[in-house]
Formats: sequence, C-alpha cells, structure tokens
Amino acid sequence: MIWQLDLIILALVVICALAAINVRDLLGASVIFGVYSFLMCLLWAEMGAVDVAFTEATVGAGVSTILFIAAIFRTTRRSKD
Amino acid sequence: MKVFALLATALTGAILLYGTADFPAWGDPESPASTHVSAYFIETVVRDTHMPNLVAAVLGDYRAYDTMFELVVIYCAGMAVLAVLRGARS
Amino acid sequence: MRRFREQVQNTEGGTDLIIRTSVRLMVPFIQLFGLYVIVHGHYSPGGGFQGGVLLGSAFILLALAYGVEYSKKYMSEFANFLTVNIGVFIFVGFGILCALVGGFFLDYGAMANVFPMPLPEWRYWGVFVVEVGVGMGVMGIMVSLYWDLASAGSRKEGL
Repeated sequence: MIWQLDLIILALVVICALAAINVRDLLGASVIFGVYSFLMCLLWAEMGAVDVAFTEATVGAGVSTILFIAAIFRTTRRSKD
Repeated sequence: MKVFALLATALTGAILLYGTADFPAWGDPESPASTHVSAYFIETVVRDTHMPNLVAAVLGDYRAYDTMFELVVIYCAGMAVLAVLRGARS
Repeated sequence: MRRFREQVQNTEGGTDLIIRTSVRLMVPFIQLFGLYVIVHGHYSPGGGFQGGVLLGSAFILLALAYGVEYSKKYMSEFANFLTVNIGVFIFVGFGILCALVGGFFLDYGAMANVFPMPLPEWRYWGVFVVEVGVGMGVMGIMVSLYWDLASAGSRKEGL
C-alpha cells in the first residue's frame, strides 16, 4: 500500500462522486459513475483484493454503465432537479 | 429542506469517521479477523480442497449458500425486469 | 484479411464501419478471456460470476454495434432462456444431488459415495461444476437485461 497512490485515487473518487451528483445531464452522470467504479476497482486492486477489483471492473464499470445508458436512451436525458 | 439533508449527511459521515478510529490498522496480523478465521482457512483450505485460490474455495465451497442465493437474486432481478417491461407493452 | 473485410461489409445492421470492424475483432478475444476466467478460477482471481459477466458483455457489445436483431442470430431468445434456467438448475441441482447421495446440501465430498475419488478432489470438481452454473446463469441474465432495457421490452431494435 503506497500512500501517495492512495491519496490520489481517494481524492479522485471523492471528486467523481461529487461530480456524478451535481451534473445535470444524466448521460454524463452515468459516464462519471463508470469512472467512479473504475477508480474503486483501482483502489481495491491496490489494497490486494484482486477478486473484488475484478468484479467491480466487470460489473460496476462495464455492464452497469451500459445498462444505465440503455435506460437513459429509452427514457429522458434531463434530470428534474 | 436541502440544508437539513446536508446536515444529516454531515452528521452521519462524522459518526462513521469517529467509528473508524477503533478499527485495527490495515493488514494488522493481530486483528481479530486475522487471528481466528483467516488462520483457519489458510491452514485447512489447500489440504481439504486442493485449491490454491483461497477466495474461490471460500466462495464455492465453505460459503456456497451465499453464492447460491447471490445467483438466485440476480435471476429474480432478470425475471422482474422481463415481467415489468413485457407487461408494460401489452 | 480480405474475407474478414467482406464479412464486415456484407452484414446488415449498425451504422459505423469502424465500430463494426473493431467489435468483430474484439468479440472472440473477450469470449476466450471469459472462458479462461471461469475455468481458471481455482488458480487465479476470477470465477463464475466475473467470467459470466465477461461472456455476456461480449454479446452486449455485438448487440450494441450491430443491433439486437443481429445478436439474436448467435443466441436466440429460447437459447437465452434455456441458458439462464440450466445455469441456476446446475447449481441448485448439484446441491440437492449431494444431499440425495448421503451428505448435506451442497456437501460436495458426499459425491464420493457415487464416484470414488479422494474427498479433496471431489470438493475441487464440485466447485468447478458450481462455477460453470453461475457463469451460464449470469451470462444469460446480463444479455436478457440488456435486450429488455435497450428495446423497451419489444426486443426488436436496440439503441
């Protein structure tokens, strides 16, 4: 565990989480959420939990982003608030 | 209302951060999880199941109930999406 | 190479040539990697769940680039339905089979009463059977979820 790498990834995770909440465009929010998942995957791989990192990379960053985008294309791209 | 939500979030976060102060250090060999459960698995898994990957052995053999119902949950999710979207069309 | 180019140009569906070509190049490798992750789960990170998601995402990629109709040529709706149910059935059925031959539910060592093999070996192969079941189920469910969400339930045309 390298604390410099940890600090960078954790800071990016917080930035991505705040951005995903604040972005008005739902498509952009889902893409940022995919980035967030991938950063969590990096964090887990760096902590030594490679199995969890693998699951996060395939499910969180891969399939769930595609499913979000599919749902957005069939409904609306604009958020209410 | 938004101020109240922000206050609640900040309070919950502060309580959670306060709770982490009692955690053992990362990778501490003296922590309770490393002294009982991990030691048992490291000693017996390779002898009992011939599997070098301890995570696969725990997920597939020792905690197979957990994995089974994980699959059943995903199955139910797929069936629910199918039922809702097909039902909405007709 | 020429045959590959003709194959890409002659298939209908999709709009962009670059996307269609790159998807056609990537899909076999993704499927191979998914099978590797399922089969090699005992030795390296991975297992049924991750491999199943990888196999499903290969089909999702095909459906994204060529349309839902085209991806149904490779896995029909009935085959998808069969894959999901057989995958869940393998897991639960193997557990019940272990109970029937004289052990506990999901106690793979009890299968030694039927086919004599050392007990650790049976637990090894029991986990393998179970992971294949998980992989089949997760693959089918991921493809089915994408089909339903992308076409709003009609399963005719995707994004």
